[in-house]
Amino acid sequence: MEKIKIEHVSKVFGKHIPQALELVKQQKSKTAILKETGATVGVYDASFTVNEGEIFVIMGLSGSGKSTLIRLLNRLIEPTDGNIYIDGQNISTMGKEELRTVRRNKMSMVFQNFGLFPHRTLLQNTEYGLEIRGITKNERQAKAEQALANAGLLAYKDQYPSQLSGGMQQRVGLARALANDPEILLMDEAFSALDPLIRKEMQDELLELQRTLKKTILFITHDLNEALRIGDRIAIMKDGSIMQIGTGEEILSNPANDYVRTFVEDVDRSKVLTAENIMVRPIYVNVDLDGPTVALKRMREETVSLLMAVDKNRHLKGYITADDALDAAKKHEQTVHRIVQSEIVTVPPDMLLHDILGLIYNSPTPIAVVKDERLLGVLIRGVVIEALSTNEEGFAHE
Amino acid sequence: MNNLLPTIPVASWVESAMEWFTNQFSAFFTVIKDAGKFVMEHVTGWLISVPAIVLILLITIIAFFITGKKLGLAIFSFIGLLFIYNQGLWTQLMETTTLVLFSSVISIVIGIPIGILMSKSPVAENIIKPILDFMQTMPGFVYLIPAVAFFGIGVVPGVFASVIFALPPTVRMTNLGIRQVPKELVEAADSYGSTAGQKLWKVEIPLAKSTIMAGINQTVMLSLSMVVIASMIGSPGLGREVLTALQRTQVGNGFVAGLGLVIFAIIIDRFTQSLNKKKTV
Ligand SMILES: Nc1ncnc2c1ncn2[C@@H]1O[C@H](COP(=O)(O)OP(=O)(O)O)[C@@H](O)[C@H]1O
Ligand SMILES: [Mg+2]
Repeated sequence: MEKIKIEHVSKVFGKHIPQALELVKQQKSKTAILKETGATVGVYDASFTVNEGEIFVIMGLSGSGKSTLIRLLNRLIEPTDGNIYIDGQNISTMGKEELRTVRRNKMSMVFQNFGLFPHRTLLQNTEYGLEIRGITKNERQAKAEQALANAGLLAYKDQYPSQLSGGMQQRVGLARALANDPEILLMDEAFSALDPLIRKEMQDELLELQRTLKKTILFITHDLNEALRIGDRIAIMKDGSIMQIGTGEEILSNPANDYVRTFVEDVDRSKVLTAENIMVRPIYVNVDLDGPTVALKRMREETVSLLMAVDKNRHLKGYITADDALDAAKKHEQTVHRIVQSEIVTVPPDMLLHDILGLIYNSPTPIAVVKDERLLGVLIRGVVIEALSTNEEGFAHE
Repeated sequence: MNNLLPTIPVASWVESAMEWFTNQFSAFFTVIKDAGKFVMEHVTGWLISVPAIVLILLITIIAFFITGKKLGLAIFSFIGLLFIYNQGLWTQLMETTTLVLFSSVISIVIGIPIGILMSKSPVAENIIKPILDFMQTMPGFVYLIPAVAFFGIGVVPGVFASVIFALPPTVRMTNLGIRQVPKELVEAADSYGSTAGQKLWKVEIPLAKSTIMAGINQTVMLSLSMVVIASMIGSPGLGREVLTALQRTQVGNGFVAGLGLVIFAIIIDRFTQSLNKKKTV
């Protein structure tokens, strides 16, 4: 069933709007139009529909108009032209009061930098949507606590956003949106500010959530992998216009034009996956803190025979093996400094899978993914090979 | 020279314009003047009726708590106020307090809404900003002229001049504080369907609070400096002591009253500043 329908929607910022629209029709470039009229084209002639329960991804480079487009839906930005329907209601012609009702009941937004109110606790943040609707304190607290509990953050409810990590803050951002029980979620680069591993986790959580809650989700990203991972359908934008809409499969196998082709080409060459896409959570000891007994305990818990060694700043120092740790423990050594081996292969997070393959076959130990000396993750042979094979299966369309 | 270029009678034009204006609204000005004088004299009277030592101790205790249980400001307030009392300037201090209190409160009550209006409306900002600039380039005692014209001499014209002089920082900083609220937070408030009032009270003002408080601190300090100048048009208080000493070239008395003003200024500055620090998250 059709939930959202957008018809020939355009947004031009600045003055001389009719001239600017005329120039876009003549296929003039954005910069040429800006020069000639002083107007910036944010979105031009966008049309699409989103079905109920669908995750619709809008993808494009920075400045392509994604944020503008999503904000036209709840009219944080007023459209210059075109119609926007939600459940058949025309949003673009609504009066203030009506629009407010729609914003309060139908859709909630999640922001790139989380958009949490720094002067409110997590609970107060989560309550916000309910509070402004005039719902009683008891009821809104119960709902907000439930939303925080679902996000696994109930224990932190009286803390302030600044006391939390980015991943946790965005869970609150999502909890705040869900506490309202909206039918539509608008997510503007919601995961773009997060570390790669947390980001992957959040993507999984969103997919899981979608299986149970069946919201209609408009999700914006500039990351093709993210789009392919979570999108039922994907729209690719360039300079304010939508280039192609389709499933990931359709877009990869049948790009509508050269722009889309170059955009997705990397995937075909399986050179788009980087170290940070396929690394796993590192299991490590802190050489400034942990002794051999702690190291052994951790190895047992995690069923590994090798731990990465980092200092208190999480800078990589090397690795330690189970045999050495056992030896050190027998000798009642208090630290692991002696047994840290420093010969380990490291790669930057943006190294391509293609280049990693050669390294990992020759390396006796896992490869560490390091940025500015900090240990981000670990590449394990099995996982790398698996990533490679699914990659080839999924995208072998040439 | 005078024959070639006769003096343009600006002074007399202004005089007649003022006269007309004052006459038109004389009933209004008289009511304000009388009511203001009545209320302020009562407040001063009430302040004086409290035993000085009780007030001094009260301020000392408040100073201790608002600075996060540090002793510095508390000790300074205690000794400083005791000194003023000892010098026989307690009544004058209370008079000055009333003047500062009234002109600050009026400035804040007028200034914050104007600041909010400016932050919401580009048109209002474009109109008000040059007026504020103009108000701030004027030397303070120029405001004594309209004050005297409207209200004669006494406490009310003093407060009137102070309000005009002290208003701009609160207006500016309120405007600035609200404009500085991050765009994403304003969008968050809007996207959940806040009314303009809900957005203002629940998001914008709390986030602008420390900036607004900085403006209020400046306003309070400017009011103090202006009520001192207003002693020239008959406002009572420590300022009048300084003025009298000046006129009679009594260096000693002038010094003591001036020192009293400095002590008072430091205390109210630190008080308004620590109120701000305490409330910042
Ligand atoms: N408020 C605005 N005023 C003028 N130009 C804007 C405004 N917001 C966005 N733009 C312009 O519109 C274009 C699209 O921006 P945006 O939607 O933020 O892109 P994206 O989210 O894809 O990075 C950009 O060229 C940007 O400079
Ligand atoms: Mg954007």
